[in-house]
Amino acid sequence: MTDEATTTSGAQAGTPVLRLSGITKRFGPLVANNAISFALGRGEVVALLGENGAGKTTLMNILFGHYVADEGTVEVFGDRLPPGDPHAALEAGIGMVHQHFTLADNMTVLENIALGTQPVWSLRLDRGRARARIAELSADFGLAVDPGRLVSALSVGERQRVEILKALYRDARILILDEPTAVLTPAETEALFATLRMLVAKGLSIIFISHKLNEVMAVSDRVLVLRGGRLAGERATAGTTRQELAALMVGREVAPPQPAPVEPGAVLARLSGVSLRSDAGRLDDVTLDLRGGEIVGLAGVSGNGQAALAALLAGMVAPASGSLEIGGRPVTSWTPRAALAAGVGRIPENRHAVGTIGDMSVAENVISERYRDARFSSRGFLDWSAARGFAQSIVDAYDVKCPSPDARIRLLSGGNMQKLILGRALDPDPSLILANQPTRGLDVGAVSYVHERLLEARGRGAAILLISEDLDEILTLSDRIVVMSRGRLSAPSARGERSVAELGELMAGHGLDAGERGHAA
Amino acid sequence: MMEAFDILLTASFWVAAIRIASPLIFATMGELICERAGVLNLGIEGIMVAGAFAGWVTVYAGGDLWFGVLVAALAGAAFGLLHATLTVPLGLSQHVVGIGITLLATSLTYFTYRIVLPEVTSPPKIEAFQPLPIPVLSDIPVVGPALFAQTPLTYLAFVVVALTAWILYRTPLGLAVRAAGENPAAVEAQGISVAVIRIGAVMAGSALMAIGGAFLTMSAFNSFFFEMINGRGWICIALVVFGSWRPGKALLGAILFAAFDAYQIRLQQLTGGAIPYQIFLMMPYVLSILALILVARRATYPKALMIPYQKGER
Repeated sequence: MTDEATTTSGAQAGTPVLRLSGITKRFGPLVANNAISFALGRGEVVALLGENGAGKTTLMNILFGHYVADEGTVEVFGDRLPPGDPHAALEAGIGMVHQHFTLADNMTVLENIALGTQPVWSLRLDRGRARARIAELSADFGLAVDPGRLVSALSVGERQRVEILKALYRDARILILDEPTAVLTPAETEALFATLRMLVAKGLSIIFISHKLNEVMAVSDRVLVLRGGRLAGERATAGTTRQELAALMVGREVAPPQPAPVEPGAVLARLSGVSLRSDAGRLDDVTLDLRGGEIVGLAGVSGNGQAALAALLAGMVAPASGSLEIGGRPVTSWTPRAALAAGVGRIPENRHAVGTIGDMSVAENVISERYRDARFSSRGFLDWSAARGFAQSIVDAYDVKCPSPDARIRLLSGGNMQKLILGRALDPDPSLILANQPTRGLDVGAVSYVHERLLEARGRGAAILLISEDLDEILTLSDRIVVMSRGRLSAPSARGERSVAELGELMAGHGLDAGERGHAA
Repeated sequence: MMEAFDILLTASFWVAAIRIASPLIFATMGELICERAGVLNLGIEGIMVAGAFAGWVTVYAGGDLWFGVLVAALAGAAFGLLHATLTVPLGLSQHVVGIGITLLATSLTYFTYRIVLPEVTSPPKIEAFQPLPIPVLSDIPVVGPALFAQTPLTYLAFVVVALTAWILYRTPLGLAVRAAGENPAAVEAQGISVAVIRIGAVMAGSALMAIGGAFLTMSAFNSFFFEMINGRGWICIALVVFGSWRPGKALLGAILFAAFDAYQIRLQQLTGGAIPYQIFLMMPYVLSILALILVARRATYPKALMIPYQKGER
């Protein structure tokens, strides 16, 4: 690190608008924030970067008064903020856009914005004044939204605009955004960044919490990196690189995976002209071969049939027409159990809703796919010591941070939960691996871990279908790439054969005609 | 057949329907306020029993009628505070607490009754609220006697509906109550305490339930009997769903149910025993189940209903 790459806190012009000094917060033995100090200047965008569990959200909850710090002080515009009082934080000009929106769906935009801005005992809600103020703010900051609409009718991007308007309505001068892009489409993300630039131009200061390096590089002036509750580093965005930030965040160098060339093996799964309709979506005449030792990346905008294809391979639905062959044999009665028996390892799209049962233990969750095995049960009785032993072996082998096999799985972080699911899916060395959004919402360290394990399985000769909305991930890992749009599949292309722009065209549904598909068969 | 229809045109039928509806209106508004804030209050049945007794016994002991209503409301609010303490800051199961409150309030009422009146076999009567016809308006045919020649408590019931609607939709307080039942995090994020809003809503709602109970002993009748509430509280829970958590629609539901009830009594007399009277007794309940099926399938619940909120957790 050169000295030029480091700026001192609050070096930006004038007194800092916000100063945190020595903030420490403990939860029992866990030190969530350890003596964190920094300052935020006027018109500055500071990115708070860190992996899940690094203490970002705790720090912001202290700032906003949801938690009380054990040590340290918060000063806003030179005045000390009373701890544990969200109302005082609002009054001082701090506005927060939470990761999970704090909007009431059954109320209008206006009502959500006006909530809490008038004394509770007022006889009348002053709608006229609120409407005029919202119109003014919308115009000033380019945040178009109809105040009379119900929040339930708004898109995710619009809801976020309402959240920002809520803060502006209360004269926020400091805006904290907690993982604001996690739920946005790329276009909505661009619009958000434009809004943030406009806010900064009008003198607001912004704290942008994220673990996505490219966004941090795109939007911030300065980056603070948190790791394990400590401030691990501070850099001017212009003087740093993604690699350096990733290393600070994870605590070691993170190299992008380099898949070694592997000679593709036999066809382990073959879809021929498969069409189906299901709750998960539809497939229209899909033909695809999955070979051992090969990762096929499936790109596409969410909701174009990827979920239906995943459901098909997982045994949740059967083809309405066309055929599915697994291991060279056409499948007849195709159920989730048959899929497991045929050697399909499944990493489901949503680890919370489908992948795990939150209130059941780690051990119960890891045997949920194979509790019938002789390993775990005999004569209808479960062998708990074998189940715990198996859970412990996954915990050890996959470096899962978890107190014990008896802990409820919901207490695990997303990354650790995903590692457990990965361990469960890869346990009996499946010949076919269905990896559906395997790294969604994971931090850099966990992402590279999942990628390494998938490449290992590929090296062992497994056929892998990687479904992802992250085009970078597809481009890095896949030996062949197919694109899905409106239930139809493009012809496969080898690594590097199609440009990103060409893939984007296919994702938008252009060029997916019969000729294109015929050409590669 | 024509006679069965003619009943609907008589003033006495509508007078009875509105009278039967009055306690339901109070209690339904009470339940609606609780649920809008996110708390299911199954203590309603017991709180109505307690309110019925508290109001009546106050008047029996020499209190003024309106003072009796106030005591009933305070008794209801006290049970509401107990309910809210258990369900809001402590976050206990709203089902279990609600049923517990109903059993406690009912038993405590019967116990108190025996303590206060150890000797009596039939409960003493009080001087109840008398009809207070409003000049001019009460002279309108059918509508006049039905709406404008009732007791003051019935008028109060309608005022309560208007007030509930005004507060919920026109005031900052109502905004906070509705948001607390939909997404409490939104309330907290705007610097308002969810716990205070919910506890307040449950106490106010319970007070209204108790006044609903008191209507029976102080306006509809003039005495207190065991089993007097007889499931009216449970009906109000259904009426809230029927009304899609909106005061106006819930009022309509209460009147509709009461009209069925008044109608079946008159049909019983008309058929003169040819059909077992139990069939008629059943009618309002069957019809309300049918109405629920038709109306409530599309109902959208307050999303945070029955979900406890803990500050800082998300």
